[in-house]
Amino acid sequence: MSSTTAKSTYLQGFRDGLPFLLVIAPFGLLFGVVGTEAGLNIAEVMGFGVLVIAGAAQFTAVQLMVEDAPTLIVLATSLAVNLRMAMYSAAMVPHLGKARLWQRALVSYSMVDQTYALADQKFQDETAWTLTQKLRYFAGTVTPICSTWYAMTYVGAKLGSSIPPEYALDFAIPITFLALIAPALRTLPHVIAAATSVVVALLCMNVPYSLGIIIAGIAAMIAGAQAELMLKKERAS
Amino acid sequence: MISDDVNVWLIIGVLALGTFISRFSFLGLIGDRELPEWILRHLRYTAVAVLPALIAPVVLFPPATNGEVDPARLSAAIVTLAVGVWTRNVLWAIILGAATLYGMLYLTGGFG
Repeated sequence: MSSTTAKSTYLQGFRDGLPFLLVIAPFGLLFGVVGTEAGLNIAEVMGFGVLVIAGAAQFTAVQLMVEDAPTLIVLATSLAVNLRMAMYSAAMVPHLGKARLWQRALVSYSMVDQTYALADQKFQDETAWTLTQKLRYFAGTVTPICSTWYAMTYVGAKLGSSIPPEYALDFAIPITFLALIAPALRTLPHVIAAATSVVVALLCMNVPYSLGIIIAGIAAMIAGAQAELMLKKERAS
Repeated sequence: MISDDVNVWLIIGVLALGTFISRFSFLGLIGDRELPEWILRHLRYTAVAVLPALIAPVVLFPPATNGEVDPARLSAAIVTLAVGVWTRNVLWAIILGAATLYGMLYLTGGFG
């Protein structure tokens, strides 16, 4: 393999990552604004953006901190949102499992929804690619996506302190989450899981320590998984 | 507002570590072993299971209106969901949802 092809997979990844900036930029901006409005200082906002680097979980943590949920509940709920990353990690093993430990650690750190989606698709198409080509492609997608995420989070944090309360930013998180959930409702089991989640959460509104969210989450996961099983059986019979 | 008693850096630290462990789990620790099918089946639904529970109470009974159902916020939520399901586009859903929120707030005099 020549160095030019390896270089071109990096550029290819970079190019493929660019359209996602349309989502990453406003999302990072929004987190910066919402986090600052919620009372986080700029170091804390950037701490979330750079160290956690997982938008949905970050918004979850901020929402629950505002609601004064206990620390343990904040952590358990936000981490539950991120459990899907374990699935991404498993999907990358056949492609990148032979890379050096520090490379796998870097890939893991920068495995967000968008870089994963791009890599997973590409690696399935390009079966002839070597490990190096795959790693460079991944690095290519990470470069614009993660740097834009950091930068826009910072811009949002700077802006956040100057936005007055009548702009109803209390509703930025619900709108963002609805927009994230809607396209994910692609199968009947997904719809059943989401509906279960809503119903159980409303029934559990008075359960102390915001535990209702965890109860609803577990019930909804089981509902989704069971619905999937039943549909599969129906198709098989 | 987040109360001063909240240890924000503790939350950031544990969340960062926990998130990294989720991402590193198979690539770094478990390696090339098949996940049991029943675990995969539940993992597939984590995001759609947790996120709706988090926002359903806030959408129906917003703390900003002291828990009163708010036409502006409710219609913004419905528009966001409908546009998201229809277009599968996160950005359009956010833009049109926000436009509905501000339009309705303006019409119902909720602004300022």
